[in-house]
Amino acid sequence: MAWNEPGGGKDRDPWGNSGDQGPPDLDEAFRKLQNSLSQMFGGKGNNGGGSGGTGGTRKSLSFNVIALGVLLMVLIYLGLGVYQVDEQEKGVVLRFGKLTPGVIMPGLHWNPPMIDSVLIENVTRVRSRPHDSEMLTEDENIVKVKMTVQYVISDIKKYKLQVKSPDQSLYQATESALRHVVGSTEMHQVLTEGRAQLAADVRERIQTYMERYGTGIQVTQVNIEETAPPDAVRAAFDDVIKAREDEVRLRNEADAYANQVIPEARGEAQRYLEQAEGYKQSRIAEATGEADRFNKLYVEYKLAPEVTRERIYLDTIESVMKSSTKVMIDVEGGNNLLYLPLDKIMQQNQSATDSGSPGVGAAPTGNPSVNSRRDRR
Amino acid sequence: MSATKFVITFIIFVLIVVGTNSLFVVNEMQRGVLLEFGAVQRADIGPGLHLKWPFINDVRKFDGRVLTSDAPPERFLTLEKKAVIVDSFAKYRIENVATYYTATSGDEGLAEQLLKQRINTGLRNEISKRTLYEVVSGERDQLMQVLTTELNQVAKLELGVSVIDVRVKRIDLPPEVSQSVYDRMNTERDIEAREHRAKGQELAVGISADAEKQREVILASAYSTSEKIRGEGDAEAASIYASAFNKDKEFYKFYRSMDAYKKSFSSKSDVLLIDTDSDYFKYMNDSGRN
Repeated sequence: MAWNEPGGGKDRDPWGNSGDQGPPDLDEAFRKLQNSLSQMFGGKGNNGGGSGGTGGTRKSLSFNVIALGVLLMVLIYLGLGVYQVDEQEKGVVLRFGKLTPGVIMPGLHWNPPMIDSVLIENVTRVRSRPHDSEMLTEDENIVKVKMTVQYVISDIKKYKLQVKSPDQSLYQATESALRHVVGSTEMHQVLTEGRAQLAADVRERIQTYMERYGTGIQVTQVNIEETAPPDAVRAAFDDVIKAREDEVRLRNEADAYANQVIPEARGEAQRYLEQAEGYKQSRIAEATGEADRFNKLYVEYKLAPEVTRERIYLDTIESVMKSSTKVMIDVEGGNNLLYLPLDKIMQQNQSATDSGSPGVGAAPTGNPSVNSRRDRR
Repeated sequence: MSATKFVITFIIFVLIVVGTNSLFVVNEMQRGVLLEFGAVQRADIGPGLHLKWPFINDVRKFDGRVLTSDAPPERFLTLEKKAVIVDSFAKYRIENVATYYTATSGDEGLAEQLLKQRINTGLRNEISKRTLYEVVSGERDQLMQVLTTELNQVAKLELGVSVIDVRVKRIDLPPEVSQSVYDRMNTERDIEAREHRAKGQELAVGISADAEKQREVILASAYSTSEKIRGEGDAEAASIYASAFNKDKEFYKFYRSMDAYKKSFSSKSDVLLIDTDSDYFKYMNDSGRN
């Protein structure tokens, strides 16, 4: 004992006392037991001399041993009857095979072994069973349904005693119920909005079966995880979805087109109106201007009509003469065989104007659409 | 001393053997039948500890819980001669232990086998009276009800078994029929897909045509309005011109002609052949003094 060595103090002994008396006591008891054992079996194993000598003590000793053995067996028997029931569990007791009233609740319990048999089951755990298969619908189509049924054990007595394989029964009931409900529903409903109803119906149906068989199972939930067309027709179903999208897409494209065309047309219309308004204003302005010009001139003309008229005439002819090609013919004095190469003159003039100042004839003014619009009149 | 010991040991042994042979336990899940030299003496022994004569009485115990008879999938024909594969199961319970024992000699497998055959026959009969639609959807419950009661009557009498429920797990079409169902489903989807696309096309064409119509209407009405405005402009201009030029028609004609001459002969390409006799050249030949 390492802690006793350095200080030598007995006070450091963790057991707090001198501790000298313990081992001898144990030793003594052990020796006694050994003795009694050797005496008990000594009768057969050892020589005959020992056995004959002390008959009375031997008898009481063997009685002690038997008593000890019985006590041991009783203890073992009692010990075997102790068991624990967890918080999630419940149990039922069969006494000589007969059901005893009441349910074993969580905690430590004892029941006599061999007389009572205890059946314990976890009742709070939610068990679930997935199911995935293809089946017929009401309109003789085939759909694939993936679902899970969740259940708990509501009545342990029934669960344990009424039905041979309650879980197997649930699976069978699930399959039957699901196919029944799907078989009474149209495919469209199964695949789309009818799924919640489907789950409710299946749940109700399974529960009815469970009660009829007395399985003690409570179906807590039926989850329809997926309802889909079978793989063989999946492409066609997907194509319908695509077609639906195409429908929307086409409509959107048309809407986009409309949204482009109509405002553009409105803009164009606005331009027509503005152009027309511009034309009107310009016409009025031109007219006003020309009228004013005429009026002003007319005032002066009234003052001296003769002179003014003559001047205007001469001015005009002058400007005409100035800007055009002219050939003078003195008809009275000239001969009738006058040769005039008109086409040459024209050509000459043409080339002169082309190289000189282009665009006298057709100078583009304003924007073309205005012109084209004006051309229409 | 050793002789008495032997006797005592023997008696204890015999007592144990007799004791264990005269007591028996039927548990809650079981049904027992007490036989006396092979003949049924007491049927329907409930759960608990019971006494019997050793070696004279014999006890047979059967499962008293709800049992399942799960038949393998079978091919049946409906009223319209459509083949279906039906997978069914039955829930039953041993009701009359004596009858059950005599009918099956306690062999659970045999009982199940007999039940399966009965269910099979029952299903075949009932399904052949109905169309596929009725089997799959509408009358499933009724079909099962009929089957259960029918089967129950026979089974009770012959097997000592009460049939609680007969259920169809699966009603499927055979694989080769499934393929044609898939084909049909495919064509149905095709109809729907085409309809959607065509509808989309219809709408799109309608919308764009409407847009084009609106454009034309907008442009045309704008054109009409603009023409009206132009007309107004022309009219106003005309009235302005008229009010000015009406003051002296003759002078206006002269003035306008001058203007027109100026405008029409403004290029070198205009060639004038002029007689010097004209008014303009009056002074060209003559100073006017004569």
